[in-house]
Amino acid sequence: MDNTIKHNLLLSAEGVKITINDNEILQGASLSVTEGEVVTVVGPNGAGKTTLIRAMLGLIHPDSGNIYRRPGLTVGYMPQKLSLDPTMPMTVNRFLELGVPTALAGHGRRKKTLEEVGIGHIANSQMQNISGGEMQRVMIARALLRDPDILVLDEPVQGVDVTGQAELYRLIRKIKNNRGVGVLMVSHDLHVVMAETDRVICLNRHVCCEGHPEAVSRHPEFVEMFGEQVAGSIALYPHHHDHHHDVHGEIHTKGHSHDG
Amino acid sequence: MDDFIIRALLAGVGVALAAAPLGAFIVWRKMAYFGGAISHTSLLGVALGFLLGIHPLIGVGVVCVVAALMLLGHRGKHLGNDALLGIIAHGALAMGLIVASSISGIRVDLMAFLFGDILSVSTEDVYFTWAGAIGVLAVLGFIYKPLLSITVHRELAVVEGVNIRLIETAFVLLLAVAVALSIKVVGVLLVASMLIIPAASARSFSTTPERMIFLASVAGVVAVCLGVLASLKLDWPAGPAIVAAATLLYIISAFKKPA
Repeated sequence: MDNTIKHNLLLSAEGVKITINDNEILQGASLSVTEGEVVTVVGPNGAGKTTLIRAMLGLIHPDSGNIYRRPGLTVGYMPQKLSLDPTMPMTVNRFLELGVPTALAGHGRRKKTLEEVGIGHIANSQMQNISGGEMQRVMIARALLRDPDILVLDEPVQGVDVTGQAELYRLIRKIKNNRGVGVLMVSHDLHVVMAETDRVICLNRHVCCEGHPEAVSRHPEFVEMFGEQVAGSIALYPHHHDHHHDVHGEIHTKGHSHDG
Repeated sequence: MDDFIIRALLAGVGVALAAAPLGAFIVWRKMAYFGGAISHTSLLGVALGFLLGIHPLIGVGVVCVVAALMLLGHRGKHLGNDALLGIIAHGALAMGLIVASSISGIRVDLMAFLFGDILSVSTEDVYFTWAGAIGVLAVLGFIYKPLLSITVHRELAVVEGVNIRLIETAFVLLLAVAVALSIKVVGVLLVASMLIIPAASARSFSTTPERMIFLASVAGVVAVCLGVLASLKLDWPAGPAIVAAATLLYIISAFKKPA
């Protein structure tokens, strides 16, 4: 790795091997995220995507290989799902305060962050009463309150309908552009995520291929993994919308188009 | 009002105030049987206290802490937590009964420890209870935010920098101390109810964790007062009367839809 890349490297894994119950989940996976870059890990179920992310976050220790975290790195993490126990009463506002020192959780900051992710109106709702898409945005807001250098998102659109998914990926893209954070996310729905990603890592216990989404989608290993049809449809995907839908399903016509 | 009633109320209120926030966490973390198991081991502590000639409450404290640490250390091994809790609870209860029966010469009032004897608390017991309760609340206040964060989502809390082992161990130790404090008031068999029932009653009236803790404290204090009153007027055993009052409050609360 040359110095120019290393200079703005945020988080990386090198040759990570993890065996759980005699099952080799990762066979030497490497991955890096630099400042202002959106990296997406794709791969079939059981490919070790979440395991790799968990290792990079320090939640599990690799059997061998290295994890590099830039000194002083602040991570905004959004776990795969949050199922709040029904016995715990919890408002969105109170939930947001939990993840940050009190000084960073002032009312104004929380309000601004909720508005940034498009859910200013649910600040006082009970966590159990909000929709799947709203829940994902609350989680992103909690991560953003920490002023992270990198956002790590594990299946950020799980349980969200297709229009909502595109909307969420666009939001993540917007956050990246406005804040200059690095983004590392895991996904298995390929269609939408590819359009909003700078670099795709195709993982199946090891890194099969990586690179620009369009290049990866033509890579033989990728085609083999996901099938001719899926791979082909992704290559065609990057396209322009003349409108988009917000969380409420309202249509905004702003001549919006994807960047990148 | 007679002095012994005032002492009973003071001790009961102290226990209720310490138990309420811990109980809320027990309900949220689905640890009801954990509280039960720790309280069952406390009989062994009482018996050992008599056997070794030390204050029974100190025996209880030591045994509860040891049991709590054993449970914590054994987590995630080959047995499910529920089975493990059953083994520790009943094994320790049996050993406690054996040790108690082998103590000759001293009359051990087992009933008082099984069901509490709040009407006989001494001034010293009141000081002891309040010192313990304030200590528990102070430590809990200190670890409150990280503990709540772990309870909501463990891994998120780890990534956000919470030392899970430290906080969870502290919580379990607090539980052990609270159980030891409550023995005199409601007894070994009913300790867990002081933790769980007021917190459960508070759930449907609460929109935030803090409100649930506050309302659980209110419910606990009301239950203590009602129980002591019933004990005086109707000559009911005080410990069970307090728990019955708490249960009545829960039944009333169950008609309210969650906030």
